[in-house]
Amino acid sequence: MAEVLLPRKMEMANDPSKFGSPDLLHVLAVDDSHVDRKFIERLLRVSSCKVTVVDSATRALQYLGLDVEVKSVGFEDLKVNLIMTDYSMPGMTGYELLKKIKESSAFREVPVVIMSSENILPRIDRCLEEGAEDFLLKPVKLSDVKRLRDSLMKVEDLSFTKSTQKRELETENVYSFDSPVQSQLKRTKI
Amino acid sequence: MDLVQMQKSLQDYTKSLFLEGILDSQFLQLQQLQDESNPDFVSQVVTLFFQDSDRILNDLSLSLGQQVVDFKKVDPHVHQLKGSSSSIGAQRVKNACVVFRNFCEQQNVEACHRCLQQVKQEYYLVKNRLETLFKLEQQIVASGGMIPAVELGF
Repeated sequence: MAEVLLPRKMEMANDPSKFGSPDLLHVLAVDDSHVDRKFIERLLRVSSCKVTVVDSATRALQYLGLDVEVKSVGFEDLKVNLIMTDYSMPGMTGYELLKKIKESSAFREVPVVIMSSENILPRIDRCLEEGAEDFLLKPVKLSDVKRLRDSLMKVEDLSFTKSTQKRELETENVYSFDSPVQSQLKRTKI
Repeated sequence: MDLVQMQKSLQDYTKSLFLEGILDSQFLQLQQLQDESNPDFVSQVVTLFFQDSDRILNDLSLSLGQQVVDFKKVDPHVHQLKGSSSSIGAQRVKNACVVFRNFCEQQNVEACHRCLQQVKQEYYLVKNRLETLFKLEQQIVASGGMIPAVELGF
């Protein structure tokens, strides 16, 4: 059953991000359970996240553009800040999805969180070894989501601050050089 | 019955479901996620649960009714039901599923049949109680009242 729910802009307006940025965290949630999809979507919306929900790992790969041999246009603009996936799903499991994401050049830096109703240590270890950011026991709590969001926003803030500082430095250098050629060189570095 | 009495009835009724172990704190989580912008969230999730469960219980009856029971088919269904009942806080259904899964692992057909009956019983119970809960809420809303806030202190 095709069920890709696109984030509704109306709902984002309800919850202004405390960071004052119009760019909310975009989370891709993957779960084959209807009930759990509805639940995780709400948890994420309430936590000021933009949400895309899909019902299988295959659909997640389609959404990310990782299922095609030839890279199609437009996926460079797709910004996903976090992927939350159920572990046990028919067809491709969350673990297999994790591996595929970590193998891709486009999305390997995106944190992937695994959710499972079963507290199986070897399973948890395997996921963390494969590069999962975190492993959450279901049912997921609002506090889990808030904690994830806060730690990710910190990283986003840091990288935003770093790139702002870099731009400021470059701007200074452009004005301090007399030679226009050198100024041009400086600018292209950015 | 006046509005205040209806609200009190609802609170007492809800409390009883927790005290009887039919619902657990996960249901409170659901209620906390409901607000003016999403006033039907709980009933929407619960409706999905009912739809999923009806389907799963049907599939389980079919699978267990086969001459040769394929536990590879039975177990994922029970796992699914355990998951969704856990997600909405239907504690007794979830617990019955845990027992069911153990017998699936042992491939004990007799015991699995009994487990299925137990799960069905718990499911119809929670379904009945939740439907009553929603009716009480609807009556309050229809009378122009607000659903009393969730009490966490009991």
